[in-house]
Amino acid sequence: MEWTALILSLRLGVVTVLILLPVGLIVGRLLAYRRFPGRGLVEASLMLPLVLPPTVVGYYLLVAFGGASPIGQVWERLTGAPLVFSFEGLVIASVIVNLPFAIQPMQRAFEAIPREIRDAAACCGMAPSRILRTIELPLAWPGILSGLVLTFAHTLGEFGVVLMVGGSIPGSTRTVSIAIYDRVQAFDERAAAVMAATLLLLSVVALGLVYALSNRRAGHRHG
Amino acid sequence: MADGLSARLRNETPIPLDVELTCAPGEVLALVGPSGAGKSTVLRCIAGLNRPRHGRIVTDGQIWLDTDKAIDLAPQSRAVGIVFQNYALFPHMSALANVAAAVPRGGAGMPEERARRLLELVHLAGLEERRPGELSGGQQQRVALARALARAPKVLLLDEPFAAVDQVTRRKLQRELVLLRRAVHVPIVLVTHDLEEAAMLADRLSILHHGRTLQTAPATEIMARPATALVARLLDLRNVFEGQIEGHLPDRSATMLRWGGYLLEAAYAPQFAEGAKVAWAIPSSDVILHRRDRPSRGERENPLAGQIEEMIALGETASITMRVEHTGGASLTLGVPLHVARRNGLAHGGAIGVSLLKTGIHCMPWEPRSS
Repeated sequence: MEWTALILSLRLGVVTVLILLPVGLIVGRLLAYRRFPGRGLVEASLMLPLVLPPTVVGYYLLVAFGGASPIGQVWERLTGAPLVFSFEGLVIASVIVNLPFAIQPMQRAFEAIPREIRDAAACCGMAPSRILRTIELPLAWPGILSGLVLTFAHTLGEFGVVLMVGGSIPGSTRTVSIAIYDRVQAFDERAAAVMAATLLLLSVVALGLVYALSNRRAGHRHG
Repeated sequence: MADGLSARLRNETPIPLDVELTCAPGEVLALVGPSGAGKSTVLRCIAGLNRPRHGRIVTDGQIWLDTDKAIDLAPQSRAVGIVFQNYALFPHMSALANVAAAVPRGGAGMPEERARRLLELVHLAGLEERRPGELSGGQQQRVALARALARAPKVLLLDEPFAAVDQVTRRKLQRELVLLRRAVHVPIVLVTHDLEEAAMLADRLSILHHGRTLQTAPATEIMARPATALVARLLDLRNVFEGQIEGHLPDRSATMLRWGGYLLEAAYAPQFAEGAKVAWAIPSSDVILHRRDRPSRGERENPLAGQIEEMIALGETASITMRVEHTGGASLTLGVPLHVARRNGLAHGGAIGVSLLKTGIHCMPWEPRSS
């Protein structure tokens, strides 16, 4: 078991989730409630990471983050280190790849709140911030949590993009899924099996959590 | 109007709207019309949830909306209580929390205390901790009403509040509303498609059609004297016909109306020119049966003869539709007590004579049937 790799994976998952929580809430809510020109385009582009092969996403991110690109150059000037093959680069890539996993469930959760309920809240004299806090978030939270759990689980398992953008630098970009691949290549079946089982367990727990939450939500409606 | 509610709303798109209404404190105004007439839109505009292109809404002297002066208060700044058709209760909160959420903050006392009193007012004491999903439809409606009252509203808006409950509960809730209006003394605007309900609960009816106010008047007046043939049709009045003005008799306070082969004496309507084509209506209650057993003086007034086309017993009343002679097949509906129908030997296909009371014949501008 490569503990460094596991810890790195968990760290990457937590950081990705922490960044995508506010992003998902804001973008998901915006897409759920606002009609604006280009909304369909935004929704479609957010779904891109779901349909593109991870290597393709990884390739474009590598190009975009590389020393030859403006983004890469600005980053290097600011921090003194290249963005590719670094943990920071990995975080940015992970956030981008996980946009649909975080935003979709949150958007659906906000959409599921009937408009009349929000209208009623406004007619109760509740300020928008209070409506968000006491009506929208409590009603949408199972969806919000599913988004976060999916993001976390997906981050742990992401392989292609991580390999393209991060490489396999121990302690910095070598995640569990990369380590498993690496161990298999080295015929270290036992280490690979242990790590694979760990990821499997984490995924099962995550999915169990998502289903338990959605059932609770359904029970809530009917009960 | 200094106090009460007055609203003028105009919109071209997406929903055409041309509505004017006033409602005094303690008054119940019913917005009546078929679905899609814009009734709910009017309520949403008053609440500030929709914004008409042109409009002015004043409540209790406070301007809520004035598009000319770019005044448009948010729903939060309008002291409005609204009961939505499906109540729109907050499903994750107890009945008490639902009501407490609408109690203005910073007022005297705890919101929970006021909420508890309001739940008592709507007869829900003991159910404070129940969530909406654990309450019956009627109980949910009461929570919604208590929540609407929690803000101490200057206007109470009720959007089809009795549509989603069973008949027995509906009667009970309707009675409670009558009692409530004495207690709260604010303008109450009730949206309903149920004419009977409107006539029973409201002081005045406002007939809406395609977003336009057609007529606003007390129920009895609107039923007896609809402003136009369209209003008469929307009210589902049975006896609406076409005729022609033959002349006016001011000294007899009558207008002579040509209807097929008959020359009827109608209620005086000098606004129509001689020869004008008009629509006219008469309430069933002003169609008097010529009784064999007991002839009355009223029979001399506009006597008509015909044949019974249909006779249905509705409880203790026989609803009779007769085909009137010399009118090209017009059908006239009247109601007579069942025992009277029996005693006079009225039966399907039999002959029947009736009189139309002059004061009941109401002339309206003729308009082609379009909608």
